[in-house]
Amino acid sequence: MTFLPPELLRILVTVVCAIVIVFGNAVVMGYLERKFAGRFQRRPGPMEVGFHGILQLAVDGVKLVGKQLVIPRHADPVLYRIAPIISFAPSIMPMLVIPFSPKLQGRDFDVGLIFILAVVSLNVLAILIAGWSSNNKYSLLGAMRSVAQNVAYEIPMLLTLMSVILVTGTFSLRGIVEAQTNGIWFVFIMPVAFIIFFAATLAETNRAPFDLPEAESELTAGFMTEFSGMGFSLFFMAEYTYMFIACSLTVILFLGGWQGPPLPFAEYSSALWFFLKVYVLLILMIWIRWTFPRVRFDQLLNFCWKYLVPFALVHLMITAVVLKL
Amino acid sequence: MSTDTVTPLDEHRYVLNMGPQHPSTHGVLRVILEMEGEYVMNPQPVLGYGHRMHEKMAESRSWPNFLPNAARMDYLAALIYNHGYVGVIERLAGIEATPRAEYIRVITSEMNRLQSHLLWLGVLVLDLGAFTPIMYTFEDREKLIDILEDVTGSRLTYCYMRVGGVVRDIDDKFISRTREYIDWQRSRMPMYENLVTGNIIFRKRVEDIGEFTPDLARRYGLTGPCLRATGIPYDIRRAEPYSVYPEFDFDIPTETAGDCMAAYKVRFREIEQSLRILEQALDKLPDGPVMAKLPKKIKLPAGDATYTVESPRGELLYHLTADGSDVPYRMKIRVPSFSNLSVLPEICSGMLLSDLCACMGSLDLVIPEIDR
Repeated sequence: MTFLPPELLRILVTVVCAIVIVFGNAVVMGYLERKFAGRFQRRPGPMEVGFHGILQLAVDGVKLVGKQLVIPRHADPVLYRIAPIISFAPSIMPMLVIPFSPKLQGRDFDVGLIFILAVVSLNVLAILIAGWSSNNKYSLLGAMRSVAQNVAYEIPMLLTLMSVILVTGTFSLRGIVEAQTNGIWFVFIMPVAFIIFFAATLAETNRAPFDLPEAESELTAGFMTEFSGMGFSLFFMAEYTYMFIACSLTVILFLGGWQGPPLPFAEYSSALWFFLKVYVLLILMIWIRWTFPRVRFDQLLNFCWKYLVPFALVHLMITAVVLKL
Repeated sequence: MSTDTVTPLDEHRYVLNMGPQHPSTHGVLRVILEMEGEYVMNPQPVLGYGHRMHEKMAESRSWPNFLPNAARMDYLAALIYNHGYVGVIERLAGIEATPRAEYIRVITSEMNRLQSHLLWLGVLVLDLGAFTPIMYTFEDREKLIDILEDVTGSRLTYCYMRVGGVVRDIDDKFISRTREYIDWQRSRMPMYENLVTGNIIFRKRVEDIGEFTPDLARRYGLTGPCLRATGIPYDIRRAEPYSVYPEFDFDIPTETAGDCMAAYKVRFREIEQSLRILEQALDKLPDGPVMAKLPKKIKLPAGDATYTVESPRGELLYHLTADGSDVPYRMKIRVPSFSNLSVLPEICSGMLLSDLCACMGSLDLVIPEIDR
C-alpha cells in the first residue's frame, strides 16, 4: 500500500470504519432491541434464525432489500426518494470525529462538538421532506411534530453543553474527554446537566416516551408511514445511528469517554470502555421505551419550555459564577 | 359528488380519515375527523363496515339456531351474550334453569367479564404508547381462556348456554383451576397498580380527558363503567337483578370525575369485584343437574319478553316479540357500545388527536357489537 499517500489511506480507512460502525450498530441495536423487548414482555424474542435468533436481522435485511419501493400516487417522487438518503447520509459523518480511544479517531476537529450537532440536525430536514412528500396527512402530522420537538429540545441540550464547554474551554471532543481524567467525570460534577442532556437526547432521537413523530397508535407510523423496503430501513438505520451518536456524545461529555480501568495497549483497547458505556446507555433507552407510555404533544413542549430550559439556564449561570470565583 | 351534501370547510381545516384500518380503532370503525392542526374539531363515527344483520337473522330462522350468532356480536363477552339470549327465551317460554346451571352461568359470565376487562386494560395502555402491559394482561387472560376452553370447547366465541341450563357440567378440576386463577389474579393487581395506575405519564394522559357529566351520560344512554365513572351506581346486576346475582355480596365501584381516569379506576376495581363474585359462586355452588327437564320441542308462545344483562361495556338488552311460531317476529338487541360511541362527537370536539385515542380506548369499544 505504499503507493497511496498516507493521508489518503487514512481517509479511506476512516470512512470504511465509519460505515462498518454504522451498519454494525444498526444490526446489534436491532437485535438488542427485539431481544430486550421480548424479555421485558416475558417472551423469548427472535429465536428461529441462528442461535437465539442472532441472524434474524440479516434475514430481515435481505427481505427489506428485496421489497418493492412503493411510491404513492400524487407523492413528490424526487423528494420522496431523497428523504431517506438525507436522513441516513449525515449519520455517518459524526463517526469521523468521535474519539473512540486516544488513537482511534478519524480527525480531531477544534470544533468537533459543533460539527456533530450541525450534521445531526439535518435529520429534521429529512423527516420534514419525508412527511411532506408522502402526500399523507398522517405523515405530515408526524413531520410537523418532529420539527417542533427537535427545535424545542435543541435549546436545553445546547445550554447544558455550554456548561461543559465553560469548564473545559474547548470544543474538541478529545479535549473534553481529556479534561475528565482520574475519574472526575462531569456526571459527578454536574449530575443535573447530565439528566437534562439525556432527557433532551431522548427527545432529539425520537425515542419513547417522546416518540411522537412516529406514534403508532395515533399516526400509524408517522412520517415513515408510506415508506417500504430500503426507504424504510434507511430511516430505521438512521434512527439507531442517531441514538448511537447521541449516546456517544453523552459518554464523551459526561462519562469520561474512553476512560476506565487500565487495559493492555490502552491507546487502542480503551475503545472497549467507550463502547461499553455507550451500549449501557442504549440499553437504558430501550428499557425506557418498553416501559413508559407516550407523552402528549403539549406536555412534551411544556416539559421542555417550563422545566428543562429554565433548569438548564440556571445551571449554566451557576456554572459560570462558580468558575468565575 | 353533489355540492349540497358537502359543506365547505373553513380555512385552516382539513379532513383526516381515521380508519377503517387504523391501529387504535380496534376494528373496522371509521371516524371522519375535521382537524385544525392537531386539534380534532368534529369527529364523526361512520358505522356499518362490519354489519351482518344479526337482528334480521334472528327473525328469519327458528330460535335455537340463533344462539351461535349471539356469541359473534361481542367477541369479548360471548358468554354474556349467550346468557342474555337464553334468558329472554326462558322468560318468554316460562322455563326455569336448574339452580346449578344458574350458578355455572354466573361463574362463566364473570370469567368472560374478567377477560374482557383484562384485554381492555392492555389495549388502553397500548393506545397510549406503552407496549408491555398488554403482554402481561394477555398472560392472565390466557389462563382464563384455557380454563373456559376446557368446559366450553371454544376459546372466544362460546356457545355454551342452552335454554334450561348449560351444555356441560363443570368438574372439580375446573373449580380448583379457577381458585388458583383467583389467587394469581389478586397477586398480579399490585403490579398493575405500579406499572400503570401509578405511572405519572399515564396519569397525565388520562386525567381530565373526555369528561362527561351525569346529565350528558343520561342524554346519550351511556351505560356501563363509563356511566359509573360519573357517579351513577347503575349496574344491571344490582338495578334489575337477574339469574342468581342477588345472592352474592359485591360492590358497584363508582367515581365522580367522569374523565378517562375515572372510567379506568372503575373498570380496574370491577376486576376485584368479579373475583369476589367468582369466589362466592364457587363456594355456594349447589349440586344437581345442569339441564332442566324440558319437552323435546319448546314452543314459543305469542307475546313479548325483555331480558337485560350487564355486559363488560354496559347494559345489554334483548327484546323478543313472538307470534306463536318457531321464528321470532322481532328481535331487538340494544348493545352498550353503540350508545357509548355516540357520545364521541360531543366529548371529543376540540381535543388533541392523542386524546381522542385515549378517549376511544377508555370507552372500550367493540366494533362488531356496534355494527351487529
